[in-house]
Amino acid sequence: MSSGEVSALGIDVGSTTFKLVAVDTQGSMLWHILEPSQPRLEEQARRVLQEASAKAGRELDEGSIVATGYGRNLVPAGRRVTEITCHARGVFAATGHGGTLVDIGGQDSKVIVIGSDGRVTNFVMNDKCAAGTGRFLEVAATRLELDLDELGRVALESEEEVSISSTCTVFAESEIVSQIARGHPIEQIVRGLVRSLTRRVAALARSAGISEPVMLSGGVARNPAVREFLAQELGRPVELPEHPQLMGAYGAALLAQAEK
Amino acid sequence: MNPFGFLRYHLNVNLLGKSFLRLDRMRLSRRMRRTGFWRDEHLSPPLLTSPRLKELISSHYLKGRYANGHCPVAWVTSGGPVEFLVALGYYVLYPENHGAVCGIRRSAEDLCILAEGHGYSRDICSYARTDFGAMLGGKTPVGRLPRPDLLLCCSNICQTVLLWYRVLAHHFKVPLILVETPFLYRDALPHQVEYVKHQLEAGVEQAERVAGRTLAPSALDRVARLSKEASLSWAEIMACGKQRPAPITAFDEFIHMAPIVEMRGEQFTVDYYRAMLAELSGRIERGVGALANEKKRILWDNLPIWYRMRRLSRLLAERGVAMVASTYTNAWGELAEMMDSSRPLESAARVYLHPILNRGTGHKLETIKTMAKEYQADGIILHSDRSCKPYSVGQMDQREKLAGEMGLPALLLEADHNDPRVYSDEQAENRLEAFMEVLGV
Repeated sequence: MSSGEVSALGIDVGSTTFKLVAVDTQGSMLWHILEPSQPRLEEQARRVLQEASAKAGRELDEGSIVATGYGRNLVPAGRRVTEITCHARGVFAATGHGGTLVDIGGQDSKVIVIGSDGRVTNFVMNDKCAAGTGRFLEVAATRLELDLDELGRVALESEEEVSISSTCTVFAESEIVSQIARGHPIEQIVRGLVRSLTRRVAALARSAGISEPVMLSGGVARNPAVREFLAQELGRPVELPEHPQLMGAYGAALLAQAEK
Repeated sequence: MNPFGFLRYHLNVNLLGKSFLRLDRMRLSRRMRRTGFWRDEHLSPPLLTSPRLKELISSHYLKGRYANGHCPVAWVTSGGPVEFLVALGYYVLYPENHGAVCGIRRSAEDLCILAEGHGYSRDICSYARTDFGAMLGGKTPVGRLPRPDLLLCCSNICQTVLLWYRVLAHHFKVPLILVETPFLYRDALPHQVEYVKHQLEAGVEQAERVAGRTLAPSALDRVARLSKEASLSWAEIMACGKQRPAPITAFDEFIHMAPIVEMRGEQFTVDYYRAMLAELSGRIERGVGALANEKKRILWDNLPIWYRMRRLSRLLAERGVAMVASTYTNAWGELAEMMDSSRPLESAARVYLHPILNRGTGHKLETIKTMAKEYQADGIILHSDRSCKPYSVGQMDQREKLAGEMGLPALLLEADHNDPRVYSDEQAENRLEAFMEVLGV
């Protein structure tokens, strides 16, 4: 990220995290703010925008802001765009090419096929079931008394894995308890959990029709095991942009910048 | 027929009901003609024929309310060969249409819950559960449904109806005519037509016994002819959607389709659709679209989401997206040419074998491709309907082929046609907004 004059802001109000990205007139990412989403989103948005104005050294009007994510209608913005379009725009700008973007967020996962011109050609979403989303790993981490960020490292520490047969987040939790009771090492259980998640996401990706290369974004992309296992399930490498969790907000900022 | 039933029917339907409904229609028509009646900036005013539709539907359910004791009553499936029943003087009730009315008027959920309380699973079609709820004494917006003397079930729309109508037969203790239509992978073979025709002949005999009268060939010819005329007009009405801007959307068609489904074979249905067609022709001449500003055109596959029609229609209209046609409403017009009133039973056997749901998924894909070209569609919404599996099966492959081979953006929208408990506004509208962004509006 460079330091320059802020031209536009993108806000991505996800179900789990609140992201704000500032870009300059060239569309380069200058800085960002990332924090957990709070129940009082309007208040949070006001506070974060004050913080952003202070950082930018000037007040930014609504015309310079595009909002995305599930809470997009609750924050001040000149325009509101879905996360599908914003993620595609952000990833296309960050990587310089189209392909299939797998985005695993806190409470949904989506697969977006991006054409060579950066436009969305197809998308599929899973927002009906917590399995296949970040929430699945959050529940597992809590049950295993692990920090969420540790899950990826722990999963990669073992060569063997325990099969987690339940496809439901709620029932997987009781399956974890029974696997612990059977004496299986935690690393193998975590590996099995990540495998279960990536299998579901890979099936979603295949239903959208994969076009090369495959890319990964969203908060869950920070987990190195997810990237590795997804590559195994899809039989092709998975590319990671520099800031996978910020792609929605970055895309929103680029759309705001383009409208100026 | 008993004298008391006869008097009660004519007093309530022909004397009081008819006058009241006519006055109500005239009042509505006057209101629609007043300046300032319509202020929506995205949608054009409703068709001026709409008050006539309200009169037709209200009159249909009013006749039903007083039918017992006046004429024989049959409950039939939406794809049922109904012409011989109409010719025999039956009052015909369509539980699926009644289900749609309950869906629009937001009473389907309570009826479904009532049925579930009696042990009917939530996995059963929500039309069936709505009907069971009404059968078990639940409140319906139409007041009261007549008790059936006869049931007619045709398997050309799904397999659920076979069990659904057995439940009705058991509950009401009335005879059930079952017309089994072999599934078609290509056009019907002569022996398949013959097989269905034999069943229709047996059905006529049974319906005659229940009604206590004989089917007059001239009456059947007349009903079959009117049925064909109404279907041809309906097909012409839908073809108006090919114009730019489209003078009618599939949302309008979902509402205006009621007579072609439940009042086929009646002169007033033919008259109504002719009047509607004349109004649409006028709109086309004047370049008036159903949307104030049509930017993109899309198709719809499957049943509508009855309880969210207004909201979805507005959401699309605000972005200038006109839903110009649907495979669902098309189903009641596409077979019109196949009807031959000079050979009513054989023709009925052929026609009722060919609905889109009685044919392979490849046929549906081809229908969509043809419609996409004819209606110059920019995209399609495939409603994956939890309650209608035969309609929804194959949609994932159809979406892939439409998007891949035709480059037609296709959205799979998960919902249920009558049970709002499995529908999420936030998630569905997020998908729709993303889809409209893909369309570039």
